[in-house]
Amino acid sequence: MTRSAIELPVTADDRRIARLAALAIGLSLAEAAIPSPVPGVKPGLANIVVLLVLLQFGWRAAAWVSTLRVLAGGLLLGSLFTPGFWLSAAGALASLAVLALARHLPERYFGPVSLSVLAAFGHIGGQLALAGWWLLPAAALLKLLPVFAAAALVFGAVNGVIVARLLAGPTPSGRQSASCLPPSTP
Amino acid sequence: MAMLRAGDVGVLLAGGGLVVGLTVFAWGGPRGDTAVIRAAGQIVKTTALNHAQRFSVDGPLGATQIEIEPGRARVAADPSPRQLCVKQGWLTQSGQAALCLPNQVSLEIRGRTSVYDTLGY
Repeated sequence: MTRSAIELPVTADDRRIARLAALAIGLSLAEAAIPSPVPGVKPGLANIVVLLVLLQFGWRAAAWVSTLRVLAGGLLLGSLFTPGFWLSAAGALASLAVLALARHLPERYFGPVSLSVLAAFGHIGGQLALAGWWLLPAAALLKLLPVFAAAALVFGAVNGVIVARLLAGPTPSGRQSASCLPPSTP
Repeated sequence: MAMLRAGDVGVLLAGGGLVVGLTVFAWGGPRGDTAVIRAAGQIVKTTALNHAQRFSVDGPLGATQIEIEPGRARVAADPSPRQLCVKQGWLTQSGQAALCLPNQVSLEIRGRTSVYDTLGY
């Protein structure tokens, strides 16, 4: 009897990335159900997961989670390799590139809110760059720039605050007690 | 660690500034959709700003090159000595105009709504 099965060793890292990616995919799917007045303006809830992964497990893990999220999200929503998928991929890539730079900002002054807002601008920037270059004439997109930028600012800030709260951790009393404690490592 | 750090406030303010800047840039003033080119006071060409083209208009000094691109137009080259109309660069908004005086050629942008009733040069 021949052993034909290929065995891929699975590390704890792989499992963690798969678990977090699944979480991000779940948020992407939930978000797809939310109606939006302008196509492309979304809260970007999956970015919360990507940011958490970035801050806790590093950029490589975040890049894996983000890439898996885009791919599997495309599969599940039936949009794989459609223009919408490529826009999403361009946004995710640009956002990861921005985060690769932004995570080197001094942590003392720049928290999750900064990272989230910058990533959101990266996201929309990547999408618009691809859309302007490939899908739509630039003149039409120009009119929508402020809308996209404002959405990136608002949703980026909100997501950043959510990340900051999640990182601070829930307490039994349900209140944030981080500020009551002596300064600890973040 | 505080929820909002000093740099975060800076990033948020910079983001707000960017949004305001983009709003002014994208929505500031009515954008033109037509270019009107005159030579010696007579309209020689009226063209929509929807596709790229380049053509020349003859004046007393020579040919003035007009360049049209989607949403904007400019005087690309002109024989006038001071090159004022060339230096104006791209015109995008309704009511803007570039005048090449010695050569008596002008380029004016018009939109759906006219900003001025008339312009006397």
